[in-house]
Amino acid sequence: MTAQIIDLVRENVIQGRVTRDDEGIEEGMVGQPGVTELIEEALDSGVNIADIITEGLTASMEAVGEKYENEEYYIPDMLASAEAVGVAMELLEPHLARNGIKPKGKILIATVKGDLHDIGKNIVSILLRGAGYIVKDIGHDAEPGDIVNAVREEKPDYLGLSALLTSTMVNMEEIIKALKENGLRDKVKVIIGGAPVTQEYAESIGADGYGADGFHAVAVVEALRSGKQPFS
Amino acid sequence: MPREGILIENPIERLSGEQVRQIHGASIDILNDPGLLCFNKKAAEVFQANGAEVSAISGSGTPCWGVKIPENLVAGALESAPKTVKLGARNPDNTLIMNGDEPRVFFITGSETNIWLDVDFSTYVSKTDPSKEVKVPEFKPRRGTVADLCDSAHVCEQLETVDGYIRTVNIQDKDITEDNKDVNKFFACLDNTTKHVMSGLTSLKQLDNVVRMAEIIAGGPDKLKENPLISFITCLVKSPLQFVDDTTETFMEVCKRGLPIVVSSSPQAGTSAPIKEAGIMAQINAEVLAGITLGQLVNRGTPVLYGSVPVRARMDTLGDSYGSVETSQYNIDCVQMARFYKLPNYSTSGVSDVKIPGQQSSIERLFSDIVVTMSGPQFLHCAYGLLDCNSVFCLLQAVLDDAHFKMIKFFLKSPRINEQEFNTVKKQIKEVVATPQKMFINYIRPVMRSGEISPPYPFEAEGEVDSVFALANERLQELRAKPVEHIDPETTARIFREVPGLLARLNVHKGDG
Repeated sequence: MTAQIIDLVRENVIQGRVTRDDEGIEEGMVGQPGVTELIEEALDSGVNIADIITEGLTASMEAVGEKYENEEYYIPDMLASAEAVGVAMELLEPHLARNGIKPKGKILIATVKGDLHDIGKNIVSILLRGAGYIVKDIGHDAEPGDIVNAVREEKPDYLGLSALLTSTMVNMEEIIKALKENGLRDKVKVIIGGAPVTQEYAESIGADGYGADGFHAVAVVEALRSGKQPFS
Repeated sequence: MPREGILIENPIERLSGEQVRQIHGASIDILNDPGLLCFNKKAAEVFQANGAEVSAISGSGTPCWGVKIPENLVAGALESAPKTVKLGARNPDNTLIMNGDEPRVFFITGSETNIWLDVDFSTYVSKTDPSKEVKVPEFKPRRGTVADLCDSAHVCEQLETVDGYIRTVNIQDKDITEDNKDVNKFFACLDNTTKHVMSGLTSLKQLDNVVRMAEIIAGGPDKLKENPLISFITCLVKSPLQFVDDTTETFMEVCKRGLPIVVSSSPQAGTSAPIKEAGIMAQINAEVLAGITLGQLVNRGTPVLYGSVPVRARMDTLGDSYGSVETSQYNIDCVQMARFYKLPNYSTSGVSDVKIPGQQSSIERLFSDIVVTMSGPQFLHCAYGLLDCNSVFCLLQAVLDDAHFKMIKFFLKSPRINEQEFNTVKKQIKEVVATPQKMFINYIRPVMRSGEISPPYPFEAEGEVDSVFALANERLQELRAKPVEHIDPETTARIFREVPGLLARLNVHKGDG
């Protein structure tokens, strides 16, 4: 029973099916349980949560990554699978602490003040959730003060900032200054990204990392998590 | 199932209905006066026997007749010429059905070039920064051979957008003579592609040997009639308004055998035709109508294509300028004239004036490929790989052209706008606006896999470099490595027994068994 549910979770993550209404890639899957229904069933059945995460979610994302590398999958497929994992993690989150499982990390993410462009930030959110992180998204056009308050309250390990415009990009520096002024700068790693942002700019304003795209952003977070220097 | 081609639902037209009728009227006037000079006695006799005014013209030293073709002869020919022409193929799935009143376009190679362009890549290192290297294509022209023709036919067999094959290179091996060129040319094509094969004839004496070869492949004379896997092209009319002796003779003999043939005319605006659009159009239309009329008088109902290769003269050299914008205008006008007569049209695009692949080549050929395709010719002799007008053929360019035509074909798909689609997307929009992320990415996947999203340009490099030629060359080598679907050993053996003049080295099965 346990093995069967985990197999189905893995298969449905690979298919990118969040609920029973999703099509997936193969024909005839609509109506069959998706990741949401399967995780709920696994929790009801008392399936070991660590097994769900490692054998179901992590293993399936590794398979998805291989398919992407082999050009069998495209970015929309990766995102669909990542979204399925993100939904699964949200369902599992309340049960993690009691099962002695520590999440990989918590990330606060926002598009900075004056900028309404949030497609990139949303994609990064999905991919980070898919990689097993807890993501708190505070939206777009976010005031520096609101971001500082959220860092204080949520106590994230990482802060992701996004901007599409050169005119709004400068607000990233303001946020880092505000974190310093509030004694929070050393409590959180700041990663920035967006079309006008460069690694040089990230270094110049004292950010901890720069994500060139969604996949790179995940890699940068993973590097910071393992204590590596993402700028090297 | 025949090949689908691409149906142009709303073909572009430059001419109004009135202008089409005016061109037709001017052409009829020209056929009456001054008429054509005919250097072929039999053709002059055919015209005379059918009521044309024919008069011997003396003084030039070459036998010549003035032929004034009355309107009723033209009208009769336009009535008897088939409105649908079938071009068969060794693989029947590659059959092309061309209806004169249906703008369904098939992309076909061409023409016969003398020069084959090899490509090689050299690596250059920056003088200022030796860590920087760049690979540069170097193009080396040489005379074409029968092995090149086999190579070209095989690669064009693999190119997805190529619907049919016109021999791309003139075979100039030492052991190729006027007496064996045609059989070897046709065999090299037929043995390396299963698509339709069209070519001109070098020697009329070889016509029956070529037809015999096609009959053996098709399974007999009747089967060849059902599945005409070869066709011919002749430039019987030399501009302005002259029936050439030998090509007219060839044309009439092909017509007698009932195999499909293109009546092609290639006037050059400014030299062999008036520079004004009205002038070249009235003249080329008259020249093609004259050829079609002769063909129908020789053999009523023989399948013909209205062949147009009009071109504007370069102002600097008075050579051809296929890359000029006017050349595309003339071709589109001709497509419209052929459609007026409900005859399938053989048209031209994609020929570049420049000698090697590059930016000029891409710009000129893509421009004409798009606009002429959109006018809806049935047989688009679209010059895969042709450079330096019709002088140079480069397989690398043909691979690049295939990518162009994939884009064009995709662009010309019908709009997907209907009630069912709206019901689907309205549901999607409602669902997505209710989510925090407001993205439609999840809905991409089924559409992506259904083929409704155009593929990326296949030769795009990563980073700030242009690797189009290098990547296209990799693709070319992949295509070359694919197995060739040769004619089977038994049929090949029979062809070599019954058709004289074939080069032994073309028999790939020699020594088998």
